[in-house]
Amino acid sequence: MTESLIEATAERLFGDHITTRMLAAAEQGTFPAEAWQAVEDAGLPRGLVPEEAGGFGMPAAEALAILRVAGRHVVPLPLAETMAASWLLAGAGLDIPDGPLTIAPVVKGETLTLSRRGQEWHLAGTATRIPWGRDAVAVAVLAEHQGTPMVVRLDRGGFAVTPGSNLAREPRDTLRIDAVLAPSDVAPAASGVDAQALRALGATMRSLQMAGATASLLSMSTQYALDRTQFGKPIGKFQAIQHSLAILGSHQAAAGAAAIGAAEAVGEGLRIFPIAVAKIRAGEAAGLCASLAHQVHGAIGFTYEHSLHYRTRRLLSWRNEFGSESEWSLLLGRHLAAAGPDRLWPEITSA
Amino acid sequence: MVDLPFAPPPPCPEAETLRQEVRSFLADALADRTPAQRAESWQGHDPEFSRKVGVKGWIGMTWPKQYGGQERSALERYVVLEEMLAAGAPVSHHWIADRQSGPLLLRVGTDEQKDTILPRIARGEAMFCIGMSEPDSGSDLAATRTRATSVQGGYVVNGTKVWTSGAHQADYMILFCRTGQGERHEGTSQFLVDLHATSGISIRPIYAMTGEHHFNEVVFTDAFLPETSLLGKEGDGWNQVTSELAYERSGPERFLSSFLVMSEMLRVLGPEPSERAAIAIGRLAAHIHALRRMSRSVAGMLQAGENPALQAALVKELGNSLEQEIPEIARLLVDCEPSLESEDRFLATLSLITLHAPSFSLRGGTREIMRGMIARGLGLR
Repeated sequence: MTESLIEATAERLFGDHITTRMLAAAEQGTFPAEAWQAVEDAGLPRGLVPEEAGGFGMPAAEALAILRVAGRHVVPLPLAETMAASWLLAGAGLDIPDGPLTIAPVVKGETLTLSRRGQEWHLAGTATRIPWGRDAVAVAVLAEHQGTPMVVRLDRGGFAVTPGSNLAREPRDTLRIDAVLAPSDVAPAASGVDAQALRALGATMRSLQMAGATASLLSMSTQYALDRTQFGKPIGKFQAIQHSLAILGSHQAAAGAAAIGAAEAVGEGLRIFPIAVAKIRAGEAAGLCASLAHQVHGAIGFTYEHSLHYRTRRLLSWRNEFGSESEWSLLLGRHLAAAGPDRLWPEITSA
Repeated sequence: MVDLPFAPPPPCPEAETLRQEVRSFLADALADRTPAQRAESWQGHDPEFSRKVGVKGWIGMTWPKQYGGQERSALERYVVLEEMLAAGAPVSHHWIADRQSGPLLLRVGTDEQKDTILPRIARGEAMFCIGMSEPDSGSDLAATRTRATSVQGGYVVNGTKVWTSGAHQADYMILFCRTGQGERHEGTSQFLVDLHATSGISIRPIYAMTGEHHFNEVVFTDAFLPETSLLGKEGDGWNQVTSELAYERSGPERFLSSFLVMSEMLRVLGPEPSERAAIAIGRLAAHIHALRRMSRSVAGMLQAGENPALQAALVKELGNSLEQEIPEIARLLVDCEPSLESEDRFLATLSLITLHAPSFSLRGGTREIMRGMIARGLGLR
């Protein structure tokens, strides 16, 4: 596949800036500020923002493709989250601040209470598992007011942070929010943007990151199998290892194809079906690929010193974020069952 | 960086009109077909049906008009294929010729071969079978022993082919055999064998474990083939035969063989299935959707003149596993005892496909061969 200019830019940027030492430091709580600045200077977080709001107005699929590259390099930055927050804010016509951003809520069923007091707005509640909550200069919040989805720009200071993390020790924080907001920080969400749409965008982003991370597992594992010698030959010459890597490769390829399909669907009005497909397919591939990569690497891949776990631990977390395979399968399955057996094929071909 | 890329399938604006046309044709043409007949999928045989498909211009539809084709795109052809499979149409009379024998003739055939045979394929009137496997040459195709010896005016063939699907119904065979010196891949050629006009060929059934007759053993005993039956270049058989494989392995028949189990399962489970059933349905639909994208991507690559043999192996590897998984999931979601005599739509379909399932990862190249090809693509071989 031909790589777009922005993908090539991202590839170069991440290649230059992301190091194993940085990944280890990020896990200890050091935000890679310099790398973030480079990413921000290149404009990557504004990929989904229209031109008139300070973005590049590029097709969504092209903008989102950098997340696959970020997944390959396991970039320890809230790039996806800042892209989503910028998209949400720009859609509502709100200003987008510089610096890392995140979105809330992200856990299914969680809501925040938005109420109006004269000219002022009040936002209250608790949002859990917020990616990079502690590092964000602002949170783009989606909350309903009298049945209308509203977007709130909640600046740092409007919430208290209790740190938490996922299996890769990426920040997943609890935000306790009790904030009074200026009228200029609240606006109705863009048409069609609601909690499900935001969840779908999140699912697309994690699918692309998983596609990228599984691709790097395939590369690392293949290289390891060519380098590591046992019984007098590279282990990659054994059929058992070859077949493990072939299975890894097949699931990786499916995850990649499905994730690109989801990225296209975002640009086509956030069509849910292909996005659900991607989260299900990439989520399933994540676990399988991680397990096979560890098996091929043997004991060395289980050590902290080896860099394999930076990929696998993320995959084991990302597959559950923004809805596991079960959540999205249930959504699709209920839709298809209600449509009925004679509509099954037409639903699949028109999705 | 190891990469297994699947480019997005090329856009095909004509597809949806065509799709509706195919659907209404099939609704009419298949009205009397029972669920068990539909479950035969692409092994179902009905020459009359294939002739009707030919009249519609849906066989060889990407080929030049001078050979009876329609010069339509690979993605339009894909629409016809997948609609036929999803409906359980009996396509075996034209399937192999449309998929690989016709394209092979088009690529390497003589003008005379192309002029006389391709239009008949396009009309649904010429059925093909593939003479590749032998008793001692299964996955190891290069171990082929059948030999065509050059004689005055042609060749004399001796040897035995097995697992030849549809040989008892076919008009032609594409025969792969030895012609020259050399070992393994060297000295092999392909022939266009007229099964009606050639003496010295005996075709005997090999019954499958279901009791069905699809396979055959085809024995050549001093069978004379005229010089004009050589297909392509003498000695170039290996290159020619391997270039067919991307066509053979990447199509929708590599992941839709069990599709009817899924739709019949939906019928039984009804509009409000249990959460467990809904999750299973959604997951399977996601897998089909993703594979369909990959398979259409390969169709686009073939159209662009690329050789996506690796991608085709990936589609087949994943697709065969999915086809085998569908009946396993269905039998656990619906309380039932499979039976081939059942007149229940779901049970009849499930029963037949449960018994066909082991063949899915054997035919057209075994799972082990696919994984070997993928490993080669990764640089491990």
